[in-house]
Amino acid sequence: MNLTIGQYYPTESVIHRLDARTKILSTFIYIAAVFCARGIVGYLLSAALLILMIRLSNVPFKLMLGGLKSIIAIILFTVVLNVFFVRTGRDLFSFGIIHITTDGVKISIRLCIRLVMLILGSSVLTLVTSPISLTEGIEALLKPFKKIGVPAHEIAMMMSIALRFIPTLVDELDKIKKAQMARGADFDTGGLMAKAKSMIPLLVPLFVSAFRRADELAMAMEARCYRGDVNRTKMKKLEYGKNDYIAYSVVIGVTVSVILSGIFLGA
Amino acid sequence: MDFIKSKDLKYEYTRFDDETNTKEVIEALKGVDITVKKGEFVSILGHNGSGKSTFAKLVNGLNMLTGGTLYVKNFDASKDENIWDIRQSVGMVFQNPDNQIIATVVEEDVAFGPENIGMPSEEIVKNVDIALKSVSMEEFRKAAPAYLSGGQKQRVAIAGILAMKPECIVLDEPTAMLDPLGRKEVMDTITRLNKEEGITIVLITHYMEEAALSNRIIIVNDGRIAAEGTPREIFKNVEKMKKLYLDVPQITELSYLINSKNNKMSDDILSIDEFVNRVQEIGIRQDFVYKKNDRKADVNNEPILEIKNLTHIYGEGTAFEKAALKNVSLTINKGDFIGLIGHTGSGKSTLIQHMNALAKGNEGGVYFKGNDINADKSKLKEIRQKIGLVFQYPEHQIFESTIYDEVAFGPKNCGLKGDELDKRIKEALSFVGMDESYYKKSPFDLSGGQKRRVAIASVLAMKPEILILDEPMAGLDPYGRDEILGNIKKMHDDLGITIILVSHSMEDISSIADKIIVMNRGELAMYDTVDNVFNRADELKQMGLNAPQMTLLFTRLRELGIDVPANIYDVKEGAEILISALRK
Repeated sequence: MNLTIGQYYPTESVIHRLDARTKILSTFIYIAAVFCARGIVGYLLSAALLILMIRLSNVPFKLMLGGLKSIIAIILFTVVLNVFFVRTGRDLFSFGIIHITTDGVKISIRLCIRLVMLILGSSVLTLVTSPISLTEGIEALLKPFKKIGVPAHEIAMMMSIALRFIPTLVDELDKIKKAQMARGADFDTGGLMAKAKSMIPLLVPLFVSAFRRADELAMAMEARCYRGDVNRTKMKKLEYGKNDYIAYSVVIGVTVSVILSGIFLGA
Repeated sequence: MDFIKSKDLKYEYTRFDDETNTKEVIEALKGVDITVKKGEFVSILGHNGSGKSTFAKLVNGLNMLTGGTLYVKNFDASKDENIWDIRQSVGMVFQNPDNQIIATVVEEDVAFGPENIGMPSEEIVKNVDIALKSVSMEEFRKAAPAYLSGGQKQRVAIAGILAMKPECIVLDEPTAMLDPLGRKEVMDTITRLNKEEGITIVLITHYMEEAALSNRIIIVNDGRIAAEGTPREIFKNVEKMKKLYLDVPQITELSYLINSKNNKMSDDILSIDEFVNRVQEIGIRQDFVYKKNDRKADVNNEPILEIKNLTHIYGEGTAFEKAALKNVSLTINKGDFIGLIGHTGSGKSTLIQHMNALAKGNEGGVYFKGNDINADKSKLKEIRQKIGLVFQYPEHQIFESTIYDEVAFGPKNCGLKGDELDKRIKEALSFVGMDESYYKKSPFDLSGGQKRRVAIASVLAMKPEILILDEPMAGLDPYGRDEILGNIKKMHDDLGITIILVSHSMEDISSIADKIIVMNRGELAMYDTVDNVFNRADELKQMGLNAPQMTLLFTRLRELGIDVPANIYDVKEGAEILISALRK
């Protein structure tokens, strides 16, 4: 079973080697930049940063566009909604209750650009960061909030166990399905009720197995001295390197420029 | 130095019965004295539910003892504050390779234990390196565990413990879910760690050949120690072992049987080499001649299932393209009992899924009584009813609240109702040895072997003409294995069902099947009578398979110029021949 989560694209690049914290925080800063962008200069700057990141990451651009495909419907929907419902500005076209205005078109175009950049930006994060380092990054970033009761270590541990077991459970589901089909079960025909009912022979064994696995895993973890986040060390310590500081400078620099351009140059 | 020392060790727990609202105190260990010396390799044997796993968990501090004393490396295991010290010096490996790997990358998983005990980062890196080398998994350090074989996963689990620098490793049936190759990998690793690195090993196992490798065997039965001694001392008590629902290695049983008639033979031989040496010492009688009749197969020549030029390619046109089956053609006759062998990944699981249309080939087809089984989609259900398939670990498909309903699922799906349905269920259940008292019980409360029998009954109730079973004995204790094997034989002999049995155990296959299909790298490597297949032992070896123990022994004897037949599979038969062949 080959199942990639978050579509990690394993290759060598400067971006891949960055600290996971740098990648996560930079993505958030970049999202802020996209939201702050107002004029053409702002958009061009954010687009330039995005293109730079994609080029540096060695991930084929095609793959990124593939990610866009799945949400194209949402983009179209928002664009159409705005085109029809924004009533300010000069009328470009009107027919009955339908008014298309200059503002409507402008806002739609802006929204479209923003959405595309947002999605591309965040897909860069998941494409260049393996799930495990993503979890480590999140754990490290949440650590300061532990004092106010955020269970940073536990959240990260849950995420990584989930990642570990998704392929196993997908495999298991496939096996159970085939076994029940061998017992004459039919999952394809019948109405909605019949279909829902036919899920019972799949879900009950799957849950039973998931609980059994959880039980055994907990025991195996305890046997290996796991006791939560008590005196725990890490094999790989997260450490910022020169490239991380450069990355932060570039991203923050661009973001500040975008904001300033918005203030001084206007929309 | 005594590493583990228990005196009158007891463990009991209370089980709450929902239906009757009663509490029941179960004594899993009723007072055992066990001593394991530092550097020793001890095996613990016992049938399921004998208390051997309970002992393992007590030694690791996963359960707390309820009576007696237990010292592990001078730490008192009854004191809570010692638990972490104990767990650090005694590592534990469990049965299921999938359920003890925590991380998504091998090296991260090996680092998990050291991280937990607060080892400094530099030291972890060093220890992970050493541990992975020690189990020969260093080239997989960046791999995802999901893509490793069972044997490799178990070796990663062992590395995860080695990285914590333990003095002792307790392994709870570490090879039960592995194929012969994986089992050998794990056993080689364990014996090497014991011999070269001086790590104390406590191995719980159902495989007598594995126990024979240890310094000492302890047999646990019904919460008490039933016997203790070196493998030689233990295995020569063949009768006693069988009474305890355990096995002895076939070679030991053979020497024991011969010794009872000819006391020049020893009764405690553990390996083929040893046995052959002894035979040479005793010598063969001048007048010995033996001719065995070849086993006859193929009494019936009426084809029931034909596979023609079947090819199955996974992920055609992608980077993952892999041919799982390559141009396989074979005919199965009505009433055949066929063994299907091949190492993991040879295509045997894929092949059986094609036999009842759960998978469809890219080319070629499968014909049941001359009709293409994939020709009419609306008849698939009927096909699957006539060609039953029992998957590996079938107890994992159980979902109903009573055993009766569980068995009813199959026949109900085939459209049966009322009296006929009732009759089918009762017949199938009584066939696997379950009477009326079981009908209303929950299948989830049964033992592993019983659950499996319910699952097999649920397929049997569909009255298949062909029954395919994928490793139905996997993971069971010797008693459970014999029970299932007996059931299958009865299905073939009494109900006239054509059987296709997938198994890793050449001993089981040779004792029960008429013909054998050998799969290798997606191709049909051999399809012949049992004798003819095992005659090609060298070819089998190249495919990662082996001939049965008895055949290997008799082939060796033939190579020494002794005129015995090679096609011997049964211990009793082998003993008879050798009794008449050896000098008194």
